[in-house]
Amino acid sequence: MALLEVKNLTVEFGKVATPLRAVDGVSMSIDAGEVVGIVGESGSGKSVTALALMGLIDEPGRVSADRLNFDGRDLLTMSIKERRSLLGRDIAMIFQDPMTCLNPCFTVEYQLTETLRIHEGGPRKVLRARALELLQAVEIPDAQRRLNAFPHQLSGGMSQRVMVAMAIACHPRLLIADEPTTALDVTIQAQILALLLKLQRERRMGLVIITHDLGVVAEIAQRVMVMYAGQVVETSRVPEVFEQPHHPYTEALLSALPEHNIGQRRLRSMPGVVPGAHDRPSGCLLSPRCRYVQDKCRAERPELYGVEGAQARCFFPLVQHRPTKVIA
Amino acid sequence: MSEHRPTSRDPDHESPIVLDAQGLTKHFAVSQGFMKPKAIVRALDGVSFQVSAGKTVAVVGESGCGKSTLARQITMIEPPTAGRLHLGGVDVASADAAARKRLRQEVQMVFQNPFGSLNPRKKIGHALEEPLVINTTLGKAEREEKARAMMARVGLRPEHHQRYPHMFSGGQRQRVAIARALMLQPRIVVADEPVSALDVSIQAQVLNLLMDLQEETQVAYVFISHNLAVVELIANEVLVMYLGKVVEQASKRELFAMPRHPYTRALLASTPRIDKAARRALQVLSGELPSPLNPPSGCAFHKRCPFAAARCGVEVPLLRQPSDGRTIGLVACHFAEQIAELAPV
Repeated sequence: MALLEVKNLTVEFGKVATPLRAVDGVSMSIDAGEVVGIVGESGSGKSVTALALMGLIDEPGRVSADRLNFDGRDLLTMSIKERRSLLGRDIAMIFQDPMTCLNPCFTVEYQLTETLRIHEGGPRKVLRARALELLQAVEIPDAQRRLNAFPHQLSGGMSQRVMVAMAIACHPRLLIADEPTTALDVTIQAQILALLLKLQRERRMGLVIITHDLGVVAEIAQRVMVMYAGQVVETSRVPEVFEQPHHPYTEALLSALPEHNIGQRRLRSMPGVVPGAHDRPSGCLLSPRCRYVQDKCRAERPELYGVEGAQARCFFPLVQHRPTKVIA
Repeated sequence: MSEHRPTSRDPDHESPIVLDAQGLTKHFAVSQGFMKPKAIVRALDGVSFQVSAGKTVAVVGESGCGKSTLARQITMIEPPTAGRLHLGGVDVASADAAARKRLRQEVQMVFQNPFGSLNPRKKIGHALEEPLVINTTLGKAEREEKARAMMARVGLRPEHHQRYPHMFSGGQRQRVAIARALMLQPRIVVADEPVSALDVSIQAQVLNLLMDLQEETQVAYVFISHNLAVVELIANEVLVMYLGKVVEQASKRELFAMPRHPYTRALLASTPRIDKAARRALQVLSGELPSPLNPPSGCAFHKRCPFAAARCGVEVPLLRQPSDGRTIGLVACHFAEQIAELAPV
């Protein structure tokens, strides 16, 4: 059984009559010990998906789903108290900017033991020892001294390590990392990614990594979901997605990367921008920017076609970089 | 290649040199507390390079390496502690106030964050015309005409002239920032991470625009970035910086074909790649950037360097041409010759 099972997750904001769908019918399932990447540009709904999974969408945002199961338990119907005991313990999350996620008024020790105190409890001495263990697990040098440090005394990489330590404090079975390395330098990014992978393997966690950087996905994920304007447009395995993208958006994203244009005079860029709240086209959401667009694409919205694990939301998915007819 | 100056050049270069920096240095005195002597931070230490018209010099490094301090010297926001800066053949230090004002028009800047670099209360047209108001005697109609012409050139529509920054997407705002930098027809544009805040598809559009504009106007770019893939695409020459010093300075072709400095190799190895061929197991460099207040003795990189030997902790490596003659770029490493023998990253 999958660790996390999501079917048709939708998040809406704004008026009920004219809602903005930030997340539109996202389905996924994640097994224990699996690393899944969610890729998309800003405004594609990848962070809102993560927040919805964590139950962090507040009124007036509206979350609905056909199924939202964690380890066989329904997150939608369980009581708020039950759900809160699950979050932070069995499902944990790491956010993008470590500098703003740590409370500047409290020491590392206080913030680390807070999670432990709430979910497990115990005497202070034990908690302190656990906090020290955690700092050592995330490879912070001189961990004993860092326990008493305040966040402003830590570098960006150190702060992110503390955030990772907080997330793994209660041995979560699913870790959601939302752009965990975007605010960091490349050499520090490599350190944090290596650390996340090591912890994920040691503890057999499911890891969802949300990023805009296709390179990060290529390096660490086993499966990938590509999102565009709130929808999943392609699901695939790594590295197939990079060699054989089926959705025109995935292909365009890949070919716009500088590393795929070395030696070219210009980058192959995609015209236009991601549609906003009020200018979503009536047909396929990519149709105004797609180079393979046909009349059908402008009129109708495509579904996700294909088999589980290799789907594309396109009427004419690409095979060998050429559009085809849908095999329904 | 026939040049005797200690900088590497593209063999095909003939265009005039618009920027010549020799030994640019900036030190800051930092208070350590009451009654304690002030500490010196060497934010920039002896950086020399030249930029020719229509060419791009990229400056690569992580936060704290002195990239932005360098940008502030070139744009004459701060005077250097030591070293000389020539802009279009004029020595900045000895220029009088009027000449400096003229020189400032020659060097313009594009900042990283297009959300922070545009005044939210001024219309785009105003932002574009402001440099003309300050620096020229053009009338209102002429200014507007120039602004509209520039907007067309960077791919903005005429109606955007009357709009406010919040009505634009990130990519469009960066187009406005680029247009504003080009209003005075500068010879040099310093671009400080101009695409790192943008999404991949928008990044490609803006990079293409920058390259198109360079071709049209022969403007020179000093392109500051941490993204090596972008640098490989746009630069002619690359400076890799670490803790205020240049550790490797070479033409793009040389630097990516045969990276000599261990830090350059580490940067290349830690960049996540998609293509299997270009991909290695993510190599992890241990440790973090040391405090600039208390840099390590000898080579500043030796505590993180996989090739470090006893000599590295004692002797500061000078920026030099490797003696094996296989490349003409400069590198500050005692073991540059041996490292080149290793497999490419």
